[in-house]
Amino acid sequence: MPALTELERAYAQVRREGTFRKEFQHYLHQYAGRETPLYFAERLTQKLGGAKIYLKREDLCHTGAHKINNTIGQILLARRMGRRRIIAETGAGQHGVATATVAARFGLDCEIFMGKEDVARQSLNVFRMKLLGAKVRVVDSGSQTLKDAMNEALRDWVTNVRDTYYLIGSVAGPHPYPMMVRDFQSVIGQEARRQILKQEGRLPDYLVACVGGGSNSMGLFYPFVRDPKVRMLGVEAAGGGLRTGKHAASILGGDVGVLHGSKSYVLQDDGGQIRETHSIAAGLDYPGVGPELSYLRDRGRVQFVSATDKQAVEAIKFLAEIEGIIPALESAHAIAAVMRLAPRWAKNGTIIINLSGRGDKDMMTVADYLGVRL
Amino acid sequence: MSRIQAKFAELKKRGEAALIPFVTAGDPDLETTLKILRALEKGGADCIELGIPFSDPTADGPTIQRSSERALKNGLSLPRIFRLVREFRRNSELPVILFGYFNPIFHYGLREFCRQAAEAGVDGMLCVDLPPEESGELKRWTDDEGLDLIFLLSPTSGSDRIQQVARKGRGFIYYVSVTGVTGARGSFDGQLRSQLARVRRATSLPIGVGFGISTPQQASWIAGLADAAVVGSALVEKIEKARGSTEKAQGAGRFVAQLKRAMRQIRRVPN
Repeated sequence: MPALTELERAYAQVRREGTFRKEFQHYLHQYAGRETPLYFAERLTQKLGGAKIYLKREDLCHTGAHKINNTIGQILLARRMGRRRIIAETGAGQHGVATATVAARFGLDCEIFMGKEDVARQSLNVFRMKLLGAKVRVVDSGSQTLKDAMNEALRDWVTNVRDTYYLIGSVAGPHPYPMMVRDFQSVIGQEARRQILKQEGRLPDYLVACVGGGSNSMGLFYPFVRDPKVRMLGVEAAGGGLRTGKHAASILGGDVGVLHGSKSYVLQDDGGQIRETHSIAAGLDYPGVGPELSYLRDRGRVQFVSATDKQAVEAIKFLAEIEGIIPALESAHAIAAVMRLAPRWAKNGTIIINLSGRGDKDMMTVADYLGVRL
Repeated sequence: MSRIQAKFAELKKRGEAALIPFVTAGDPDLETTLKILRALEKGGADCIELGIPFSDPTADGPTIQRSSERALKNGLSLPRIFRLVREFRRNSELPVILFGYFNPIFHYGLREFCRQAAEAGVDGMLCVDLPPEESGELKRWTDDEGLDLIFLLSPTSGSDRIQQVARKGRGFIYYVSVTGVTGARGSFDGQLRSQLARVRRATSLPIGVGFGISTPQQASWIAGLADAAVVGSALVEKIEKARGSTEKAQGAGRFVAQLKRAMRQIRRVPN
């Protein structure tokens, strides 16, 4: 708790500082490769025959996903706070890679916590993290996925709180993380807003993003929250199907609980024990969701749908063949939802999908799913 | 006066520090836990800390994580924990504190939880992931039911937090002896004495120390510094290693007796 209070104070201070913002912008631009294009997916639009579809190309960021935006912001904060050691949890490994990357860039020690099951299905990212000089701690407690990695990172943090900075990658966890990660990721929505106004001369009708913990969706949505005409759609991971119980759809399939220090929708059993989740996309495999997304859903501001493992894999193939873009399994959930819904949406409407990451990391998983031997 | 307060008052008169053993409810099953509780009392425990198992025990080390997993695998639930306490209460006046995480309690309903806990004979409650700032709603119901809501302080707690816990806490203050999670350790922060003095100045509540106490030597050292020693992981590990419920209970009883004997050798000045 004192560590959280200290973090809250430090963040409140830098948030107002012009020099901090300038430094953040500098690294987003020079190091992460921003801004990312807002790409009009012409063939996808034609094929689906409905609203005009734009892809916010976060997959083109350095390290391959939107995760780098937040890690740059937080590493700059960690430096200001004088921390020498960085820890982080990771599911798909994208946040782990993004954290290891910025830790290397700023010469800080780095340790990444990753569930044993995720280590197995994302071995490439494990190797990338090691190559970047990070230690990877394999977590074999509980369900051996993202939530357990987070548990273990929290345990490490309370043990080494005096010199360690915990760099959370999602809009979950205790305050101030949900707010801070949202702020750092909001660069996605700020750019998209500017870009769509330039290209279309008006705001979009729909924003669509996949939701695990919710960092990429909050990043896209937040700068549009006060535009009532812009509708927002979060896509959760339905895994084997919502009715099978093997999914990671916290909002559609969970109820209110407290996990990792925030009150939100949580997948839990009758006794309030956290349920094991399933999604083919390791980055969505988390039994909670950011508290602000829960709030926006309760207010009716964000609608939620889901996509199954199967639909996500189909979406990868579809987008690869039709646009020459291979999305991450996580982002493919958003594509899958649009494939289902776009034909019903008015032709003169516009959609922005957050293409939060690229699919290179998922090739083994997808091949495996399709029964292809590499 | 609650059972917890009465116990501390009684021990103070005798010049003794309290020994508070921790066990996870339902590890590996409730019948065994009941036997263990009785053995702990016979061995000289002054108060029982009964852990409510949780799937994601972020404040616990591997020993207690494993014990929670065993208990949950056997279908432990809150109503069954209440039944256990009720059964134990039939022939014991030992104070019982429930030690758990917020979500299972929240999911059960705070008011209902407190009502049933008090009715079963529970005396106090410690919610390890609920900071005092957020405890208002739970405290309303624990106060209503006469349960002592116990809070944690740690080496990183600042004076604001110490003041707040001194104001809101009931029963005793649980001082976490080290930064980190539960689990046996070889050594303690050398500053424990001065840190406890800092807390002592802010409160008249008894102070218990826990996290990492695993040997009779450590327990007796703590007895010279604080009003209570909580021993969890070391005991849970003994229970884990013993085979069969009778041996588990006997082993637990013997260990507690050793700890208590060592603690009694420290003369505390009654005041």
